[in-house]
Amino acid sequence: MDTAAAQETILKGVAAAPGISLGPAYLYSKLIPRVEEKSITAEEVESEIERLRNANARSEKELQKIHAFAEQKLGSQNARIFEAQIMILADAILMGAVEKRIAAELKNAEYIVADEITKYKQIMLAAHDEYMHERAHDVDDVMNRIIRNIQDQKLFSRLEGASIIVSETLAPSDTVIFSRNQVLGYATDLGGVTSHAAILARSLKIPAVVGLRSSTKTIKTGDTIAIDGYAGLIVLNPTEETIQTLERKKERFKEFEGRLVNIAGLSAETIDHKQIELSANIEFDTEIEFARSQGSAGIGLFRTESQLIGRPSYPTEEEQFSAYRRVAEGVYPNSVIFRTFDVGGDKISPDTEHEANPFLGWRGIRVLLDRPGLFLDQLRGILRASTRKNVRIMFPMVSTVQEIRRAREMVARAKAELDERGLPYDRDIKIGIMIEVPAAAVLAGEMAGEADFLSIGTNDLIQYLLAVDRDNAAVAPLYQQFNPAVLRTIRHIIDAGHKKGVWVGMCGEMAGDPLATVLLVGLGIDELSVIPSVLPEIKKIILSIKYKEAKRVADRVLAMSTEQEIRDHLSSIIKNKVPEIPFNE
Amino acid sequence: MIVRTVTIVNRKGLHTRPAASLVKTAARFQSELIIRKDNLEINGKSIIGVMTLAAEQGSTLTLQFEGPDEEEACQAMEDLFRRGFDEE
Repeated sequence: MDTAAAQETILKGVAAAPGISLGPAYLYSKLIPRVEEKSITAEEVESEIERLRNANARSEKELQKIHAFAEQKLGSQNARIFEAQIMILADAILMGAVEKRIAAELKNAEYIVADEITKYKQIMLAAHDEYMHERAHDVDDVMNRIIRNIQDQKLFSRLEGASIIVSETLAPSDTVIFSRNQVLGYATDLGGVTSHAAILARSLKIPAVVGLRSSTKTIKTGDTIAIDGYAGLIVLNPTEETIQTLERKKERFKEFEGRLVNIAGLSAETIDHKQIELSANIEFDTEIEFARSQGSAGIGLFRTESQLIGRPSYPTEEEQFSAYRRVAEGVYPNSVIFRTFDVGGDKISPDTEHEANPFLGWRGIRVLLDRPGLFLDQLRGILRASTRKNVRIMFPMVSTVQEIRRAREMVARAKAELDERGLPYDRDIKIGIMIEVPAAAVLAGEMAGEADFLSIGTNDLIQYLLAVDRDNAAVAPLYQQFNPAVLRTIRHIIDAGHKKGVWVGMCGEMAGDPLATVLLVGLGIDELSVIPSVLPEIKKIILSIKYKEAKRVADRVLAMSTEQEIRDHLSSIIKNKVPEIPFNE
Repeated sequence: MIVRTVTIVNRKGLHTRPAASLVKTAARFQSELIIRKDNLEINGKSIIGVMTLAAEQGSTLTLQFEGPDEEEACQAMEDLFRRGFDEE
């Protein structure tokens, strides 16, 4: 065996559909048919149109098959994507225009089809709307199908035995058609957890990892790979040890998932009836359904930066209003916390200011207060979406009391402007802040005096408190979530908030770490907002413990002086109280 | 020629299923249907055209009917919008 080739390599992506499997990779280079512009003679027009009609008929047959299969396997709701594609093939206006142009311009069918459909696609892409972008992908998919059929190429969809599909991107129709074979998993370089293909993979119960960036360059057909759809990892040439670890993890998750069946509908409450608001962190409205099915009690963090993706400038009030309203409607009767743009640091920004030290620079509320026009547009957009009284506003990166006051003044201004325009909004809208800067943590009591709620952002808080950039490999081990300094800071924030009578939540990664749950409940946290995929585990832990005992655990842990001691103690507690919890190792 | 302004009343807006109902209804009549929203103008009998409209709840569209049965077509379409495409 060639040992150099068998080197284990871990590729990190985004967990899109849960599950673990091991198998040979199949590199699927999606055939994007090449379209060349060719001239035809007037005599050829008739046969060219004939080619188009035959291709449409074949495409329809293919799609009918996929549709029937999807309907049976995924239900009619998910199969609807393909219904729309079939309707496009039968669109008399579209195909009439294509045929007319073939005759008038004397050009080949595939060129005109591509040109005509691309026009519509461009309009959809210009909408800056996640849903419309997905539609554009669907239109693209049907266009490629027609062109492939005009060129008379066969569709590849047969696999030699069970494989993990590795590809740059997958269309919903690819996902479905492959699932007729023995697909062990999907790994793609592009895409997010909200793409149609990821949603379909979850319905098909096939593990998927997306956003791997360069897996198609690293992995070759036939390579042995393991896919971990819980952690969002692909392991190329896994060692025997890795395989065994993954096998154990798979078993534990399988067992655990079997026991989770009825927990989604329960509210997160300890045995002795202490309620914890367990909600989800999301970025796109398309994630609401998944969060709900995982049993979330609302959205504890909606990252509005998603509205900036792929655009050169900030969205208008109107654009934001319609996006936020869709979220508020989708979440109702539960509530949603919109965090205003947290740009700067490592987050995308349409501005291209260069800073030597962006994490200590112009970001979060600092940017918003310096750009009142932008801030007011967003505030009015959120306020207008609040008519159902299920919307809250949260400011990121607050470091002084003065900032909260100024931000509140801006909210008052936005409200006055809406009053002038006669537009409705929730007059009692709650306004909270993120506690993620150590200064804000120290002054948590003063901060709580100016806000309706506090939400602890652990990622930034830990990195600022410990002076560690966790993306810097040289110091990454010093990024300690359970560092005693971190835990005492969290206790101080919660106590200070409660003294002022405001609720204190947590929306950083720590909130979704099963190891932290008992401790956080014991410290008196009111709300935990986590990524939807871990929600059932966290809920299970809350349901399995007593608040009284959790408080004792917290007291004991807070007296410890090293992270290792704390981790050991917490993991022994969890193994003892909730032995079925499968940890991400 | 008849021109009418209609509002999307169903919660999820003009997503795939309502778009399909709209096109199917338009196809039942001989009259032409032009739909305008913002700066877009599309043929109401074309599904791919209607799919380009990012029309959410509360947004308004202008419908223009022209043909021998324009009154009936307009009536049927206004009904469909009023019923929120029979969603929910």
